[in-house]
Amino acid sequence: MGITELLNSKILFLDGGLGTYLQKEGLKPGENTESWNLTHPQVVKSVHKKYYDAGSNIVCANTFGANSLKYAPDELEKIIKAAVENAVAAKNASTAPQEKFIALDIGSLGKLLKPFGDLEFEKAVSVYAETVKLGVKYNVDLIMIETMNDSYETKAALLAAKENSSLPVFVTNAYGEDEKLITGATPEAMVAMLEGMGADAVGANCSLGPKQLQNIAKRMLKCASVPVIMKPNAGMPKSIGGKTVFDVNAEEFSLEMKKMAEAGVTVLGGCCGTDDSYIKLLVDTVKDVEFIKQSEKHLTVVSSYTHAVYFGNKPVIIGERINPTGKKRFRQALSENDIGYILREGLSEQENGAHILDVNVGIPGIDESAMLKSAVFELQGVLDLPLQIDTSDITAMEGALRLYNGKAMINSVNGKEESMKAVFPLVKKYGGVVTALTLDENGIPETAEERVRIAEKILRTANEYGIDKKDIVFDTLAMTVSADPLAARVTIKALSEIRRRLNCHTSLGVSNVSFGLPERGALNASFFLLALENGLSAAILNPGSREMISAYKTYCALCGLDEGFADYISFCAENEADKKIVAEPLQKDEDISLQLKSAIIKGLKDNSGELCRKLLLQRDGLEIVQTVVIPALDEVGKGFEEKRIYLPQLLMSAEAAKSAFEKIKAAAEKKESAGGKDSFPVVLATVKGDVHDIGKNIVHLLLENYGYNVIDLGKDVDKQTVVDSVLKSGAKLAGLSALMTTTVPAMEDTIEVLHKQAPDCRVVVGGAVLTKEYAESIGADKYSKDAMETVRYAETIFKENE
Amino acid sequence: MSEIVFKTYDKIALNEREAFRYMSCKFPDEQMKRLFEECLSECEGALSYKACWREFSLLFCGDEINLGFARTKSRALFTNLKGCGKIVLFAATVGHEMDRLIKKQTLLSPAKSVCLQAIGSERVESLCDTLNAELKEQYKKQGFLLKPRFSPGYGDLPLSIQREIMPALDCAKLLGISLGENLMMSPSKSVTAIIGVYK
Repeated sequence: MGITELLNSKILFLDGGLGTYLQKEGLKPGENTESWNLTHPQVVKSVHKKYYDAGSNIVCANTFGANSLKYAPDELEKIIKAAVENAVAAKNASTAPQEKFIALDIGSLGKLLKPFGDLEFEKAVSVYAETVKLGVKYNVDLIMIETMNDSYETKAALLAAKENSSLPVFVTNAYGEDEKLITGATPEAMVAMLEGMGADAVGANCSLGPKQLQNIAKRMLKCASVPVIMKPNAGMPKSIGGKTVFDVNAEEFSLEMKKMAEAGVTVLGGCCGTDDSYIKLLVDTVKDVEFIKQSEKHLTVVSSYTHAVYFGNKPVIIGERINPTGKKRFRQALSENDIGYILREGLSEQENGAHILDVNVGIPGIDESAMLKSAVFELQGVLDLPLQIDTSDITAMEGALRLYNGKAMINSVNGKEESMKAVFPLVKKYGGVVTALTLDENGIPETAEERVRIAEKILRTANEYGIDKKDIVFDTLAMTVSADPLAARVTIKALSEIRRRLNCHTSLGVSNVSFGLPERGALNASFFLLALENGLSAAILNPGSREMISAYKTYCALCGLDEGFADYISFCAENEADKKIVAEPLQKDEDISLQLKSAIIKGLKDNSGELCRKLLLQRDGLEIVQTVVIPALDEVGKGFEEKRIYLPQLLMSAEAAKSAFEKIKAAAEKKESAGGKDSFPVVLATVKGDVHDIGKNIVHLLLENYGYNVIDLGKDVDKQTVVDSVLKSGAKLAGLSALMTTTVPAMEDTIEVLHKQAPDCRVVVGGAVLTKEYAESIGADKYSKDAMETVRYAETIFKENE
Repeated sequence: MSEIVFKTYDKIALNEREAFRYMSCKFPDEQMKRLFEECLSECEGALSYKACWREFSLLFCGDEINLGFARTKSRALFTNLKGCGKIVLFAATVGHEMDRLIKKQTLLSPAKSVCLQAIGSERVESLCDTLNAELKEQYKKQGFLLKPRFSPGYGDLPLSIQREIMPALDCAKLLGISLGENLMMSPSKSVTAIIGVYK
């Protein structure tokens, strides 16, 4: 019988610790374990054989750290070849009667992935791919990805395994005592992502003892549909007399493991501190426990790098705001590559209670694929909500799904052959829950019956691709009632039928229903309630809309979905607070100007935005900037220069000014500016090799406040990128920052090329290690000790060029 | 060489003055205090204090120092460790979530991100102080005294020694600390240091 059949029919035993043995034989700390395959093959073989003799079905070859970051290609091949040979020799030498297999063991690369580390996701995938290909070449029986403490790196490894082999893949992660991975993922989030991508078994290993893993095992058994693996340490390490001793002996270990087996864990082994005596006793104790086949859970779930979101309990809110349709400000942000704007939209949706965020960045004339990837990458760096990848561009969809850190929602597929043919393979490969629109080659059917028929066709086709109905959420298409008074009824009827008869989850873009009618909020909210009552599982809506959220909160409160009415009560409290702001009496414009100025000086962000909005009813945007905002900023800037106020206060004022600017931008037809500075771009960058961008970001904010068109290239920027951007924009000023002594040479190089290729552009530099003299010596035109000085310098250059 | 000792902490006492000092803020007014309090409550759930340490024997061979896990010719460290027979090597971190929070606030509120940077630095330094005090107590019982802690990058001790510190303390696995190409640690609010032990 093959490993896959056995996995689904009996309890399987893994091996125990390897490192402990090798250390006993003289492996030094820091020494590469894998090189022992070549230098000490007898030792490695004998450890493997001990485990087979003890009853292990699966032994991991000694390849945990065998990857191309650590070894040259030919050396890597030698190591993996020898590792598999050692395992094969042990397998052949053991006379134990059980079925025996060899796993290619894959561990962490020891590097953190971007954005918080510096390893590219695709680089990690390609490094793992090398190892996987060699494992396949030397005929391992399966791949074991283990001890991973980051979900993103786990995804890279699993993707490499799936793309370069057809072998079964087992994946186990190292959880901490808080039952999370070190980068934040819960067991439920990991199960969702790994199962979605097609892992054959999932579980936990290392870090904790069997007692501490009991609850993680329980949690995984509850949500996983594939077999669950547990491979704990022999308890927690303790130092006794200078030696590490694990506090759980073989007997205790096997009793704890028996509990896990009885609960349904079907792949068991040991990690650090366990040896063949542990495994022998484990096999003896557990072998008569009845095999429990892990049942299909039919859970519709998506995940982020931290948590899973399930469909079916409380209705799920999918935020719709990250979408340029009908939003001038958003389109402008996209065309200016202003990712910060997109992130702020997302964060405000999260604050307003969204559970999932839809991400759509499609506008004509931009590289949607690159933009979507960048938006997803940046969003998942600061937000812990699952994302819904929303695009009709299949290349963009695949690019985003690949680097998404979790199991995404996908928007969308429909009943057209062409659509299903393009989208389903991606759902199968990367995992995901796909929104399916009930339309096909003939358009959107007018009757509910027809829409349900399309849903059935979509389900059948999905099935052919190996996609279960749990991974499909149907959208029965909310149409405008003003065009067809019965449209809403049809949508609801189809929805109800799909939810109740087909037993599938549903989703709707609710607000379409009210196009062309007054008081849209009221109509939308009522339609939303109707849909909820008829089985709507998720809604795509604006979480900032009070009517919608109010409908949602009241529905949950009335239907027993809000324990103790906690959500409802806190929602009402927020409403009260908002009302107070609205109730202020009308004021004369001078009063408002003074208040706005004072709000900016005091750094009151919310007030200044609101005051500016009121002032805009009476005065022109440009006038407000020149007579209120800039004078306020100047006053604060002066205080900062005179050391009367501190940096965070300067920034609070800058933020307050920014929120006033946002109102002005939103109100104006085209972008307003503080005196024609729109056509005066300033390029900013933190130089190559340096990732410290706090200072640069502050300069960015202040320059923006003063009306400059800031082109921020970010951190770790190559010199040619800076030059290209200066040439393309015609900037007369470029600002460079560096924090480390080691990156100042990169700054010097950048200045040199800039002066050569863009002689009209002045270069201002700043950063912790720089001084005026140092800046001069590397050829900078100006050294600024802080952000205010940079603004003052920009003002002089601007005047020179006016 | 001893085994690695791993510790987690639920709470670390706050050194408010120090945090304000990181913001170059000598006399915080009400506005600053309010910002500080807000940031403090925001990062409460984001902080996860972890540390590990290990003892190594120390040898001086001419101008070279053999630290047991690496060798260096740093003069500054030489002076610091004079008279010591062994060292404690430790690493400490407040975890990854703090970096995410800072990144997020860089976009939403630069004022908060500056404040969070300061809090993060204070938190990890206070964590080091706590661990340092415990070690001092522990070694005192055995009749030993400790030198002030010394980190890579101080004086002429190169940052590149981080490459040897990471595996010596199993930092990636125990603390989730990894080293970038530029030798910076991630999470950024992490510290490694050497403490000389003498009689």
